[in-house]
Amino acid sequence: MSDTAAKPRPQFRNITIGQIAKYRLPLAGRLSILHRVSGALLFLCIPLVILPLLGASLASPESFASVASVVGHPIVKLILLVLIWGYLHHFCAGIRYLMLDLHMGIDKESARKSAGVVFGVSLALTVVFGLKLFGVW
Amino acid sequence: MAASKNYGPKRLVVGAHYGVMDFLAQRLTAIIMAVYTLVLFIGVLVMPGFTYESWKALFTFHVYALPLGQLLVTLAFLSLAYHAWIGVRDIWMDYVRAVGVRLLLQVLTILWLVGSVVYFAQIIWRL
Repeated sequence: MSDTAAKPRPQFRNITIGQIAKYRLPLAGRLSILHRVSGALLFLCIPLVILPLLGASLASPESFASVASVVGHPIVKLILLVLIWGYLHHFCAGIRYLMLDLHMGIDKESARKSAGVVFGVSLALTVVFGLKLFGVW
Repeated sequence: MAASKNYGPKRLVVGAHYGVMDFLAQRLTAIIMAVYTLVLFIGVLVMPGFTYESWKALFTFHVYALPLGQLLVTLAFLSLAYHAWIGVRDIWMDYVRAVGVRLLLQVLTILWLVGSVVYFAQIIWRL
């Protein structure tokens, strides 16, 4: 009783920006913050990238062809690849959250495994769509 | 009901339930978008070729007089706007503690999303 009272109890306060890099999150924690990052990225890109491309691809056969040439640019391809990853990560992680909401796989071990599955599936699909985007086949 | 017994499924809950409503709306809109994503993806897969006509038809096909393609993509986009509003608002609520700045960011978020919906409608409904 006396030793525990003598020791100062550890305090856990809200972390600051500078501490973020030092914290090592578990896999599910990384999935969670990337879910947020990808969501914010997609939000910003709706009117800046996604709608302009959608509009041009639908307006006329000529503008459809111009989208194809714009997408031919390597920097545009890179932006689209990031967006494809963002969408797939958000999609797969979102399905995991829907399952957790239904109390499927909420014990620690299966939640860790499902986080791994989300990373595996979303990154594999990103590679598949990326290969398609860069015209490998 | 005694205050000390106020727990469990029959607990007395007060408030306007905005939190529960947003929680459910975020998930329902997610399901709508996920289903539409799969529908669109299958549509692209079964297209005879990736031409302007077949791409446009995914969004403009009619069932009798009903512009089903336009309606489906519009419902999916409205779901996206509502889903994004809840998510981005959560980000501001989590990280921005100054009330005035948070309010400004929330207003800008609404303008960004309403603008996107109008932009989207202009693209899809003039086809």
